[in-house]
Amino acid sequence: MSSILLTILSLSSIGIIAAIILFLFAQKFKVLENPIIFDVEDALPAANCGGCGYPGCKNFAEACVNSDTLDDLYCPVGGQETMDIVANLLGKEAKQTDPRVAVIRCSGSFENRPRTNYYDGASSCAVASALYVGDTDCPVGCLGMDDCVDVCEFEAIYMNRKTGLPVVIDENCTACGACVEACPRDIIELRKKNKNDRHIFVSCINTEKGGIAKKYCSVACIGCTKCFKVCEFEAITMGNNLAFIDSDMCTLCRRCVTECPTHAILEINFPPRKIKTDKENALMKRDE
Amino acid sequence: MSKMLKTFRKGGIHPPEYKLTGKNPVKILPLPEKVTILLSQHIGVPAIPVVNKGDTVKVGQLIAQGRGFVSASIHSSVSGKVVKIDSIPDHTGYKKPAIVIEVEGDEWEENIIKSTDLRKDITLSKDEILEKIRESGIVGLGGAAFPSHVKLILPKNKKAETLIINGVECEPYLTSDHRLMLEYGEEMMVGIHILMKVLNIRKAIIGIENNKADAVCFLKDISSKFPGIEVYPLKVKYPQGSEKQLIEALTGREVPSRKLPIDVGVIVHNVSTAYAVYEAVQKNKPLINRIVTVSGKSLKNPSNFVVRIGTPVRFLIEAAGGLPENTGKVISGGLMMGKTINSLDVPVIKGMSGILVLPEDETKRKSIEPCIRCSKCVTICPMGLEPYLLMPLTQNGSFYRLEKQMVLDCIECGSCSYICPSNRPLLDFIRLGKTEVTKLINERK
Repeated sequence: MSSILLTILSLSSIGIIAAIILFLFAQKFKVLENPIIFDVEDALPAANCGGCGYPGCKNFAEACVNSDTLDDLYCPVGGQETMDIVANLLGKEAKQTDPRVAVIRCSGSFENRPRTNYYDGASSCAVASALYVGDTDCPVGCLGMDDCVDVCEFEAIYMNRKTGLPVVIDENCTACGACVEACPRDIIELRKKNKNDRHIFVSCINTEKGGIAKKYCSVACIGCTKCFKVCEFEAITMGNNLAFIDSDMCTLCRRCVTECPTHAILEINFPPRKIKTDKENALMKRDE
Repeated sequence: MSKMLKTFRKGGIHPPEYKLTGKNPVKILPLPEKVTILLSQHIGVPAIPVVNKGDTVKVGQLIAQGRGFVSASIHSSVSGKVVKIDSIPDHTGYKKPAIVIEVEGDEWEENIIKSTDLRKDITLSKDEILEKIRESGIVGLGGAAFPSHVKLILPKNKKAETLIINGVECEPYLTSDHRLMLEYGEEMMVGIHILMKVLNIRKAIIGIENNKADAVCFLKDISSKFPGIEVYPLKVKYPQGSEKQLIEALTGREVPSRKLPIDVGVIVHNVSTAYAVYEAVQKNKPLINRIVTVSGKSLKNPSNFVVRIGTPVRFLIEAAGGLPENTGKVISGGLMMGKTINSLDVPVIKGMSGILVLPEDETKRKSIEPCIRCSKCVTICPMGLEPYLLMPLTQNGSFYRLEKQMVLDCIECGSCSYICPSNRPLLDFIRLGKTEVTKLINERK
């Protein structure tokens, strides 16, 4: 009996002494952290994608708490909703930011862009791009080896094996920018997410002169400035034989789309047009 | 006997040799109709054109001036009219600035001595020679195309003891250096003497792999006429032609990581570079042509050609019997380290030592299987790296760890990809990892 008592007593006294030592050490080395950081972190999507520019959600929460304004801070995954919650928690103003979505600025499918050679090296866009121009003559077009698909954490992008081009699923895309970083050819761009996910953009980044660009790819932007002339809202700028549509200025009137002679301007998620000309029929076919 | 021969210690492989053209004398290729001279044929800053469209140029005339210290001037390899200064696709397919010259006749600059007599006496002073080498646009002709004058100007507190002349040619198929040693041996020896004078050293070693026994014998014979030059046969092992491996094989010294050969008192130059130096200093002839091996088992007449820089590759292949029908790849450089060219219209550049035409069934890569941890790549890596580890680190983007694994020591010899039983594209990813780590280091500065 006494041995049991002795054991209990000695063990609990060791426990108590250890607890006291631990408590003292915890007091001595304790790190003071603003508890609101945890609240902010809880409000964040916990995707740890790095889309905000910080390594993880915790770091972003710290930055939110420590900075004076929330102007430069934006969580693309959570969007405006999350930022409003964060602003509420911190008693600060959240800047109104339009949600964005990734678009692929290349339409060089197997059909549109003839393959001139056969690549059988390591299946990685980064490797292939560093090695040579790719299996077509276009030095800036999509290489179609899944680098963007691999980095996407939201399953928002997949490779269409029929065209050899990646496709963005607008509902899933959070505009975290991982694919933009991963693409060695810089063909992925984050653009304003309009109502009903509608967007219009020039689906080409080739800056070669028209004739050469057309030789590479039948749907290349040839820099003819037709869209530039037809746009009433000054949303289109020309530079280096390439048109660019500013998504903040664009009113989605679609006049440039019909004007483009090479069908390099894409319209996405629009209802079908009422009267269809042959040209538009061809365009629809390509979009499918 | 062969056990006595020297070689480097760590790793190495023995790819089949396929030296088809070792016995064929060098032929002089006729002039093409048009040459395309790239402005960036060397490591470093591209040269700036000093001629305009429509100008008439002579053979050997300066057409692009080297800019900055690590750069090389470029001279016209033909006489004729400049028809275009524009960007053209190089062997990668990406566009690079180039000068296109239409050939008219063959008129040389007056000061170039065209006779083939051996001029043995070195009359110029050390500084004059160095200036001449710089002006002549000479780069390392072994393949890396590093401007030669940069290697010859020693850092202040460093001293060179030995000059090593690289006649190893460990790549399969290539025989351009082999033929050069046999046919222009004496000129090359004078070139070595010139290099020795510039570096102010008395000892030079020519390292030659033992599969070129005729070149070893020939150079040993004539070396009695050239004091200070020794010829060493080496055991055949790839990649012995790499600077660091050759230094280890010949002197037993190991160049430390991220250091240069001069840090162990050695300077290495290629045999072709030594010959180019002879021509520049003794004959005033800038670097306008080189010997290129055009080889491949399916080719009708594999040969070595003396080719003017800028000649289209198509022209060389036509001269070797035309492109066979079943061709899968045409490679510029050697079988192990060369790169596939994208179009036959790309021009010959200074660093192009060979053109290999390979049939389709030989060039297809086999399907990639998982790594089975057999450690063959670790055993054969001549730099003592662990390629199987470097590839996933690159794929995962762990560039800090990659840097710690000394990825920058990789000489890109391709032995790991060659030996891998799972056909893993190790070198492709290691090369990518190297660029990323270099970026990281530059950002830190």
